[in-house]
Amino acid sequence: MMELLIQLFPLVIIIFAAFLLLAITLWKRNSPAKLRDIPALSRLYRMLGLSVEDGTRLHISLGHGNLLDARGGSALAGLATLRIIAEKTSVSDMPAIASSGDPVLGLLTQDTLQAGYKAAGVDEMYSPTTGRVTGLTPFGFAAGAMQISRNEKVSTTVMLGHLGVEAALIADTSDRDNITIIGASDDISGQAVLFANTQDALIGEELFAAGAYLGAGTSHTASLTVQDILRWLVIATLLGGAAIKLLGTI
Amino acid sequence: MRVFTAVIAIATGILILFGYFFEPFAIVQTLLLNWAIILASVAVLVGIFNLTSVHMNKIRHSEKGSTYSALLIIGLVATLFLGILLRPQHSAMQMILNGVIIPTEAALMGLLTISLLYAAIRLLRRRADMMGIVFLVTAALLFLGSATLPFGDIPVIGTLIRPWVSQILALGGARGILIGVALGTLTTALRVLFGIDRPYGGQ
Repeated sequence: MMELLIQLFPLVIIIFAAFLLLAITLWKRNSPAKLRDIPALSRLYRMLGLSVEDGTRLHISLGHGNLLDARGGSALAGLATLRIIAEKTSVSDMPAIASSGDPVLGLLTQDTLQAGYKAAGVDEMYSPTTGRVTGLTPFGFAAGAMQISRNEKVSTTVMLGHLGVEAALIADTSDRDNITIIGASDDISGQAVLFANTQDALIGEELFAAGAYLGAGTSHTASLTVQDILRWLVIATLLGGAAIKLLGTI
Repeated sequence: MRVFTAVIAIATGILILFGYFFEPFAIVQTLLLNWAIILASVAVLVGIFNLTSVHMNKIRHSEKGSTYSALLIIGLVATLFLGILLRPQHSAMQMILNGVIIPTEAALMGLLTISLLYAAIRLLRRRADMMGIVFLVTAALLFLGSATLPFGDIPVIGTLIRPWVSQILALGGARGILIGVALGTLTTALRVLFGIDRPYGGQ
């Protein structure tokens, strides 16, 4: 019986999180979101408008996360952000370009871009070549993405997804061309590299906050609240566990 | 059509999730994941087609860097035909892999070392705050502590500070970040599972 309970415990957490997400989404659907300031995301929001005005484009690099494993989460968060960026920049002369290093992610990138164009009412302006698979290995992907930043009149490079140390190559190319860099990765090495290479770093779960900050809707804001609640539960569990262990040894 | 794709995606997600917890669903989970792997293989072909069309466009319009695009197309076609004719195990194919692809990626890795060093130098110019200083000092201490020197480890830095920073502070921080990422992944996956975020079906 105990074994079954332990086995089903993760499912209980998932159901609890799902319940929270739905409840908070419904509860907050009519109230404006109150979000703390994250400089990198404020900069991204600003750059969205600026790029349309000055005739430059955004390059969104979604990394090489495979959707069939645990790295898919960051790729899905990147896609949610891409959807909003595509909608807001689709009317520009220089629409956003998205790059990825995984073929499945590449397909979803194109679909997401197309959805953004449709939402903006300009689906006839969508071009499949704005969503690109630049390589199938991490360095191959980075080499292809570097070329986009360098040759396609890019003003901001946004890296959101599963990126490792190869992110430094993309960031370095962008930096040499005075391109604004905004980056977040679910990979620890990728985060360290992006911290050293970007003006404002996004750390850890801030990767998943981009959608909420760009106005993706109540569900994204509710996700942040659910993450906060779960984080406090994790902290309480860790501290409680440490306290019980300490008391057991006394 | 949009509703149909959403229903299929949600049902598939729930079946795969249940496969982790209930034995009868494990067979369905394996079957669905096998289908996904086959579809992912087809997506590789679509990805290559996409890559080719992007670079063909560049060549056609004589855009900046179109010489590299031409080289890429020639390399792609040559490797594809050689692979089909000779099979991937053939010595010529192995030579292409070991003599071109692996050294090129190794060269990029070498370039990365310089990029990282350059980024570290520029870090204080870009971000002269406490976090930037802590980052640089930590990196310098870890480099010094890990350096292979003729006389062995540097006293205190190599024997005390480096293990303490890397195994306690850095490990604790990394675990904290990974827990945050896991929570973010959970809520993102739930949004997809509920059909709120639909990165498929043009929604």
